[in-house]
Amino acid sequence: MTIKIKHPGVQATIQDFGRIGAQKYGIVVSGAMDKMSLRIGNILVHNVEHEAGIEVMFYGTTFECTEDLLIAITGGDLQPEMDGNAVPMWRPIFMKEGSTLTFKGPKSGLLAYVAIAGGIDVPEEIGSKSTFSKARIGGYKGRALQTGDELAVGLLSDTQDKVMQSLQKLHTHPTWYVNATKVFAGKKSEKIRVLKGSEYELFSEKSQTAFTTGTYTLTPQADRMGYTFSGDALRLSTWEELLSEGVTYGTIQVPASGKPIVLMAERQTTGGYPRIGQVISADLPKLAQLQPNSQVTFEIVSIEEAEKELFRLEDFIEELKLGIYLKTTTGGMTQ
Amino acid sequence: MIEKYDLHIKPLGDSALVVQFGKDVSEETHEKVMNFIQAIESNPFKGFLEAVPTYNTVTVFYNPLLVFHSYPKQHSVFETVYERVQNYATQHGEYVKEASNIVEIPVLYGGEFGPDLDLIAHRNQLRTEEVIQIHSERDYLVYMIGFAPGFPYVGGMDERIEAPRKENPRKSIPAGSVGIAGKQTGIYPFESPGGWQIIGRTPAELFLPERNPPTLIQPGDRLRFVPIDAEEYMKQLGGRKDDDQN
Repeated sequence: MTIKIKHPGVQATIQDFGRIGAQKYGIVVSGAMDKMSLRIGNILVHNVEHEAGIEVMFYGTTFECTEDLLIAITGGDLQPEMDGNAVPMWRPIFMKEGSTLTFKGPKSGLLAYVAIAGGIDVPEEIGSKSTFSKARIGGYKGRALQTGDELAVGLLSDTQDKVMQSLQKLHTHPTWYVNATKVFAGKKSEKIRVLKGSEYELFSEKSQTAFTTGTYTLTPQADRMGYTFSGDALRLSTWEELLSEGVTYGTIQVPASGKPIVLMAERQTTGGYPRIGQVISADLPKLAQLQPNSQVTFEIVSIEEAEKELFRLEDFIEELKLGIYLKTTTGGMTQ
Repeated sequence: MIEKYDLHIKPLGDSALVVQFGKDVSEETHEKVMNFIQAIESNPFKGFLEAVPTYNTVTVFYNPLLVFHSYPKQHSVFETVYERVQNYATQHGEYVKEASNIVEIPVLYGGEFGPDLDLIAHRNQLRTEEVIQIHSERDYLVYMIGFAPGFPYVGGMDERIEAPRKENPRKSIPAGSVGIAGKQTGIYPFESPGGWQIIGRTPAELFLPERNPPTLIQPGDRLRFVPIDAEEYMKQLGGRKDDDQN
């Protein structure tokens, strides 16, 4: 089965959950910015949860399939259309051979995910299919998708085949869908929960207050490596050169400009700027889905609360898996 | 932050923690770091993902769900991992130090390939030739790889050529650029944004994804910068391209 890219749009890349285990060689983790949405998409089409999908940023990405596909579109609402008609998100979709899927642009959120039953058949490099363009590894030829690229799709399991056939017989899309507001709501302003960063106490009292009570705006300097925010400048009490240390997704670094930079999926493995905070894992999807000019406030929480929120999301996913399994395999597709 | 056995262990979010072995850059601290890495990798706890060494720390990444389901309930997953990590740091065996591998890095210093060389010379009241001599006359221990695939962080740079990072990082630094930041010197394996002061460029390739490990330089190696002229630079770059084609 093949997917033909007719237009890459602003940016479309193949991403899974990223490269784990080679950070000590400086190998960037990369992977989906909003892993929860990709994961739910994979659950909807009965893939393994970490299977690679297409991450669509902003608008314009257009592809055609040359064989029937079972897909799910999750993440930000980039107004997907199939052959000119709006196509609903957060549910399994039958995509007929010769159909074209396109994304008009964000109604809410920034990143949509297309999960495809069978997965995308590209080789794993250093343990992952995720595109890491800078090092030219992963994804399709180690780069973002371009016009004319053709992607092979893996073989379908019996379950996937049955689900696709039952959807085809429906002649309409399922009316049920996953309510993902627990993951993110796609709002223009968000409260982002953080743990105090390693250098939090080195910041001036004024900067600590600004960080925890002020509003910060996402600047256009936002990509898969990091999101730069503007707002009251953040300063150390006295400037110090720091030794580089390990960083991770959601680490909030502050260079001398005073503008906080939140490290994202394609972040470097280590960093040398003072870290004022660390976004909790449960809030990474809503952080990733912010559009430029969105406003955020940062709220400090405890490690216990961060863990509790993560486990709460995990419980939600477990419920979802059971619900989706029942809906798609026991003839309840239309209810 | 929890302090025991002269160890500092602090969370890095809810899925990683940082073990600090000291505040300085020293070969002694480096040995403790390597010791710890060896201990944790040879006998990982359940839910362990990977350990990333830096000069004086190791960041331990874990899957909180796996830890939660693998160990008797404690106050938090962080505390569970903390207990495990403390054991590695205090009960490990002796790190067997192998003879350092010397990696020669040819560098074309100054000019358009090293736009900040003059700035560093001026700032430290040296001639540019002196900066080059000081930078290339000693071997550097590779403490860590970070920032980008194959980017070596080395210690022991001469204080006479120190310079702070750029206040605003450059949007693009060419691959192979050799730079200085504070007391550190390093090489950019790829074109990337960055805040280091750039003094030269190497034609050598640092990232080798088809190999395992996938980088030219490893933690524990010793680096030797060898000054070369433009002709030699082009020759080595040309040779590298021919290799790629074969």
